[in-house]
Amino acid sequence: MSGYRGKSQKILKSASVRVGDRIRVTGAEKTYEGVLMPRTELGDDEHIVVKLENGYNVGVRVRASTKIKLVEKGEPPALKVPKVVVEHDSSKPNVTIIGTGGTIASRVDYRTGAVFPAFTAEEIYSAVPEIQQIANIKVVEVCKVFSEHMTPRLWVKIGKAVAKEINSGATGVVVAHGTDTMGYTAAALSFMLRGLSRPVVLVGSQRSSDRPSSDAALNLISAITVAAKSDIAEVSVVMHGGADDDFCLIHRGTKVRKCHTSRRDTFQSVNDIPLGMVQNREVKVFRDDYNRASLHGKVVVKDRFEPMVALLKVTPGISSNAIFGMVRGRDKGIVLEGTGLGHTPETLFDGIKFATGKGIPVVMTSQCLWGRVDMKVYSTGRDLLQLGVIPGKDMLPEVAWVKLMWALGQTKEKEKISKLMTTNLAGEITQRTRPDAFLRPALPKF
Amino acid sequence: METDYKGLGLKVGIEIHQELDTKKLFCNCPSELREENPEMLVRRRLRPTQSEMGEIDRAALAESLKEKSFDYELYPKSVCLVELDDEPPHLVNDEALDVALEVSMLLNAKPVDEIHTMRKIVIDGSNTCGFQRTTLVSTDGFIDVGGERFTIGTICLEEDAARKMGESENSVNYRLDRLGIPLVEIATGADFYDPKTPATVALYIGQLLRATGKVKRGIGTIRQDINISIVGGSRQEIKGIQDLKLIPEVIEREVQRQVTLLHIMDELKQRGASMVEMKVADVSEVFNRTDCHVIKKALKRGDVVYAVRLPKFAGLVGYELQPGRRFGTELADQAKLYGKVAGIFHTDELPRFGISQEEVDALRSMVSAARDDAVVIVADSKIRAEAAIEAVVRRANQVFDGVPKESRRALPDGCTEFMRPLPGAGRMYPETDIPPIPITKERLAKVKRQLPERPEKRIELFVDTYGLSHELAERMAYSDNLELFEELIMTSAEPTLIAATLEETIVSLRREGVKVDNVKKADLEEIFYRIASGKLSKEAIRGLLKSISEGTGVEESVQKLGLSLMDKSELERIVADVVVANIALVKSRGLDALGALMGIVMENVRGKADGKVVHELLENEIKSALQLA
Repeated sequence: MSGYRGKSQKILKSASVRVGDRIRVTGAEKTYEGVLMPRTELGDDEHIVVKLENGYNVGVRVRASTKIKLVEKGEPPALKVPKVVVEHDSSKPNVTIIGTGGTIASRVDYRTGAVFPAFTAEEIYSAVPEIQQIANIKVVEVCKVFSEHMTPRLWVKIGKAVAKEINSGATGVVVAHGTDTMGYTAAALSFMLRGLSRPVVLVGSQRSSDRPSSDAALNLISAITVAAKSDIAEVSVVMHGGADDDFCLIHRGTKVRKCHTSRRDTFQSVNDIPLGMVQNREVKVFRDDYNRASLHGKVVVKDRFEPMVALLKVTPGISSNAIFGMVRGRDKGIVLEGTGLGHTPETLFDGIKFATGKGIPVVMTSQCLWGRVDMKVYSTGRDLLQLGVIPGKDMLPEVAWVKLMWALGQTKEKEKISKLMTTNLAGEITQRTRPDAFLRPALPKF
Repeated sequence: METDYKGLGLKVGIEIHQELDTKKLFCNCPSELREENPEMLVRRRLRPTQSEMGEIDRAALAESLKEKSFDYELYPKSVCLVELDDEPPHLVNDEALDVALEVSMLLNAKPVDEIHTMRKIVIDGSNTCGFQRTTLVSTDGFIDVGGERFTIGTICLEEDAARKMGESENSVNYRLDRLGIPLVEIATGADFYDPKTPATVALYIGQLLRATGKVKRGIGTIRQDINISIVGGSRQEIKGIQDLKLIPEVIEREVQRQVTLLHIMDELKQRGASMVEMKVADVSEVFNRTDCHVIKKALKRGDVVYAVRLPKFAGLVGYELQPGRRFGTELADQAKLYGKVAGIFHTDELPRFGISQEEVDALRSMVSAARDDAVVIVADSKIRAEAAIEAVVRRANQVFDGVPKESRRALPDGCTEFMRPLPGAGRMYPETDIPPIPITKERLAKVKRQLPERPEKRIELFVDTYGLSHELAERMAYSDNLELFEELIMTSAEPTLIAATLEETIVSLRREGVKVDNVKKADLEEIFYRIASGKLSKEAIRGLLKSISEGTGVEESVQKLGLSLMDKSELERIVADVVVANIALVKSRGLDALGALMGIVMENVRGKADGKVVHELLENEIKSALQLA
């Protein structure tokens, strides 16, 4: 917790002081007095951190001559939640927020700098009071992981929790999720939740909620609005629609991708336009080809996933060894992220032949991300089709990867898998390639 | 009457913020201000983070935030995603940190072992992320000025805020060009006990900063804040004084303000006044047929006129705290800020502004105001008017405790206005995106090797090596032209001539209205090269600079003015002619005739010959004439 190790930990131990204590440190030239602070993982083991009276933290080097004295025992950092009592309002929709570990709301302890995530409904209400006006909120915590540590097993846990809430009457469900793998989870839920009758909205933030400029509040308000007020009975991702704090876009869960490491509008619909937008707590729908919500019906969770599926990016001159290794490593399916229209160099043909020969499905997608795979145009594509490669149409590579895991969980039959992979199940494959669904860079003005 | 500052227990400390001439502190953008129209606009909002304030306040703030958003102006070529808070900050700029360490050494301060970047919450929109990043670099310095020692409490390295370009009802415009420019912040101890010394010390520190050669120059690149208190009053932070000359005025006026506020407090106690109650009365009907434009317009819009009674405040609201600023002005400052209203009226200034005596009487009776009560009114929407009245009541009640601790903004006339309550140390928390940086011995040694001379050392050098007079050396050492001077020395022209040109000729030309800013460094170099190589006379400088200021090039000016030195044989001919023409004088006065003849020759050559050369030729010519005779 305190983050100290090695040298610095030793001296703190021998002085019997703990984080939160007021201490006096006498170093080479100067004595500092202040509150002992936790040490960041990024720091070395040669300094201890003191918060001075003026609010600044400084690191004091541990030398042979360094002396530490306890001035006053301090309180360890703790979260004090202001009491917020919110009455259930039966005229409002009921939205369940499923927590997975992403922090959609948090508070800072200014004394120590510790950031506490908000998990209970009260904590979230007090952080983003506007949501009280939209819906009654219930919070269910499914797991507590950073999204890069998300697993297929946890997708299932989340999917079951979502189904349980909807089947017991929730108007909509919001899944708070870290952004890194939000697209994967969205795709997994899209395939897993059959007969979906209510909105399921994934939401996160690109700037942490402990800063005044966080995008978390607008994203959360918008996501709850979609869950509470829209008739989009699909899995969607609701995040900032632009650099402004103005509106959020509603992306279909199977057509969305994190496209920027840090921007607020990192999520983009690829090969498709978004389902709609949320502005000033109003949902505007852009299209009519979506699954309408209804008050009836039961969500069924098709929760079997085959975890042993590989996603391989095709690079010039790539060796077949890559695929030999996957097959030997017992992968049950392979998605290729091919070049252009869906190609690989001939050097990969042996590997593909080896895999398909063993009954392992090989699905082709394109590393262009935008556009449709077409393997009939060039001879290489035709050769690959001959080798049994299944064209992934306009599916995103990672969506095809999730889908193949799910398909292999549903059936082992080669023909059925091929059929599943080429049939649209949750909006992942479109029949038409829209001309307005591509990047539009800002051109300099002349 | 002289104010007895010692008796009042005046204590002043100064904070100097100096922009550094490096790239930005947390990204690789240039530290450049842009004046052309912005190419992009990004609209954002800020929310206070959770523990910033109490629950009720926070709700109110959330409400107010709904109204104001921030429009950030930017230029894709010189502003990146870091300033836009759409990319995590990069590591602290090494060069800027070195300058901060250099400044620390010049101010005899002790660098910390490891620097930690902090976030200081600021939600007025001037920082896109809602906080300013700042880091404490060193502590416990001192500086000797005029034989006295002053302590330097802390030296920090922080990022400058965005420039406010304008404000409308719904948004505030900021330009992101300035956001992220490194600032060194130097805070002195509260070591000053009179209004004059702080400016002197600030001036010296400013000169020391310029000596590093790594700070920005010009308006707005150095800003002073002052901390000021008197006994019985309280500490005020007065921000953004751009002109050093204003510091004594600001201090004097702040003392005056605090003394008067304390006087108001005493007077209220004497009158037996009790705290003001937050009781809002709707007095709209009083003004049904008013001639007051502001109120008429408001009522026409469907707004209201709200009033509050300030018991026993009569006469005190109109008390002048600073020239042109009354206690009522302070109430209005708060009403404007918290209620977003245009202003307030109070009975100490009424009847006026179209409000009649009858209306004032009706108003007074409606809120049951006694003769020694004051009444404040506000005309706006219900929500705003109520918030404004609430702010007025809060400020009025603060006067019972004397002077509230505040951050105040310096106005151009030396008065100050309310910005926000003085923040505590509590609003700082660690910037988790930036790792701490150990300040190694090696780094300190490197900085020490590059330490510039202190100005006093430099004066010595200028006198001893360059032969400048002490007075000129001192002016040069503290001058903005210091660097230019050192570069022009390379032309081998005489240093005194260069210094005098920069500090005297150019200054006096500017005073005459000549646009000397048009003279480029290259022009000066050219001029001094020509002088050093005997192609131009130093007497030509003034005329030449004038001509260049009007947009004519050096060579062209020299031609046009006929300033190129005349051929030596021609000069010899003129000298010989003058001696012959005045041979009687030469014969009668011998070498003593030199002075008189010098004048005649110089008049003839009009700047086309160097005086020294003429002198030499003339002396020889006279000597040979005397021999011949």
